[in-house]
Amino acid sequence: MGSLFRQIRAAIALNILSIPQRLWLSVATVGSIALAVGVLMAFLSLAEGFRNMLQGTGSDTVAILLRDGATVEINSGISRDQVRLVEAAPGLAVDAAGDPLLSGEVYVTVDAKKRNSGASANLSLRGVTPAALQVRDGVRVVDGRMVAPGSNELIVGRRVSDQFVGFDLGRELVLGNSVWRVVGIFAAEGVFESEVWADLDTVRNLFNRGSGVQSVRARFTGADGLAALQAYVEAEPRLNLDVQTEAEFYADQSSGTVTLISYFGWPLAICLAIGALAGAINAMNSSVESRARETATLRAIGFRGVPAFFGVMVEALFLAFLGGLLATLCGYLVFNVAGWSVSTLGEGFTQVVFDFTLTPAVALTGLVAALVIGLLGGLAPAVRAARLPILQLGAR
Amino acid sequence: MTDPIMRLEGVCKGYRRGGEEIQIFDRLTIDIETGAFISIMGPSGSGKTTLLNLLGGLDKPDDGRIVFDGQEIQGWGESRLAKWRAANVGFIFQFYNLMPSMSAARNVELPLLLTNYSAKERRRRVATALEVVGLSDRARHRPRELSGGQQQRVGIARAIVADPRLLLADEPTGDLDRQSADEILSILSLLNRDLNKTVVMVTHDPQAASRARQELHLDKGRFTDAQVAAQ
Repeated sequence: MGSLFRQIRAAIALNILSIPQRLWLSVATVGSIALAVGVLMAFLSLAEGFRNMLQGTGSDTVAILLRDGATVEINSGISRDQVRLVEAAPGLAVDAAGDPLLSGEVYVTVDAKKRNSGASANLSLRGVTPAALQVRDGVRVVDGRMVAPGSNELIVGRRVSDQFVGFDLGRELVLGNSVWRVVGIFAAEGVFESEVWADLDTVRNLFNRGSGVQSVRARFTGADGLAALQAYVEAEPRLNLDVQTEAEFYADQSSGTVTLISYFGWPLAICLAIGALAGAINAMNSSVESRARETATLRAIGFRGVPAFFGVMVEALFLAFLGGLLATLCGYLVFNVAGWSVSTLGEGFTQVVFDFTLTPAVALTGLVAALVIGLLGGLAPAVRAARLPILQLGAR
Repeated sequence: MTDPIMRLEGVCKGYRRGGEEIQIFDRLTIDIETGAFISIMGPSGSGKTTLLNLLGGLDKPDDGRIVFDGQEIQGWGESRLAKWRAANVGFIFQFYNLMPSMSAARNVELPLLLTNYSAKERRRRVATALEVVGLSDRARHRPRELSGGQQQRVGIARAIVADPRLLLADEPTGDLDRQSADEILSILSLLNRDLNKTVVMVTHDPQAASRARQELHLDKGRFTDAQVAAQ
């Protein structure tokens, strides 16, 4: 057993040490594997970033109320009377004046231009009440101030300001048919940073939205507050509304898009992986070919075929691991260090901006995918190496 | 007359090439005496290398017996033959067949990886083998840093390091200049005379052949020498 182990170790060393003799082919193999794995990692990072963004949005102590059956705010409609009924619900937290912490909001789409491409894209313009900041966790104005009631003023999410033209503090711009002035920039966890906020009544007036709202956010009290609110809404026949926590709402929102991204990502990565696999098989066949005399010599000396098999397999896995590592390193530098952001369609076909996130799980998935390519690419050449005829020893 | 270390008895061997059956040996018989130094000459296609492959267990006869030290080896499986080669046969090749990525010492050590010697014992044996071929000062050099003659000496050190009884040399001087060839032949003579290694050398070079203690000539799969032909 010790002898076989030493044979395998020597065969592995011979394969690895001879890589410089096939440097460019090996580099091409590493590169093609890195490309396939990099694409897979990019899609997974995209899905992970989207999931993080949406899941970071929701609060466990805020309820969101939508019309029964509406899955997104843009499809929902809640009348003024219904809002008043909700204001009287039990379980709601109240402010210093004793008023319930509740914000009825409307949600419209407006045109904007992306800074990097100049392309037009839809943005969310949310009409909010002054209570909007109190019914959201982690939203704060970082520059300027909150909009004044009844004004044509905007506060914009930091990512909107970064990625779209004209949303700089102090600038005036046209949304719809009206001129607006940016008076504040706000930071938030998650999707809200991709929104533009204005006064509720102003938005309703300028966009002809009547007196109703599309969603109501309400902060509830303690563990029983939500149950009390839900029981109240169910028992009140005039309130045909769905009640769920904000966290649940955004988790549901994320799952469909994450699945969609994965459905696109995996097939593309698999197509590229097939190309990388062909490259790996080619490189390993070349390795077996160029080392045929060495392998035959070892067999003549008394080495068995098994060490030759392991030598080729380990070389293939080594090159694949380098490819996976290269993809991980590039992904980490581009996504996590340089902080690449991307915008895509979110709720109501408006743009949401979020970061690619290369998590340890994504990196591990990529490395495993690389090793699978190495394993499959090395298998046939390794079997071939183990079965090489010994009789070609004399050839130069 | 000593006992034969190896005996080929009634060996038949043929190849199929392009649909045509080529018979190399037809009931060939030869004894290789222990301690012999035999050179085998003959034109291309006469069967020299095939004979060497049969003696070394790299190829199997279609018929007949190959006996080493009283044991018939022609029916053995590849694994058993590999073990037998590791213990009993040292190969010397025309183009040295060294591992280019390894130092001379690591090349010489390769056959010892098949044994149970400790690392220290392996180092000692490698040093001795390199000393026998006069290359102690080149132990750390890679093959490309050595001349052809030096590379062949490394090849010989590798062949003898596990102390096999039989050395099989296939055109060991075929790629060397005359001076280097003489040095290699002197080492083979020394191994035969002083260390009692049995040496079978295939060569095209009459001068090289004349350094052996017994010259044999092979033509169309038959020895033309009266002594062997009579066996």
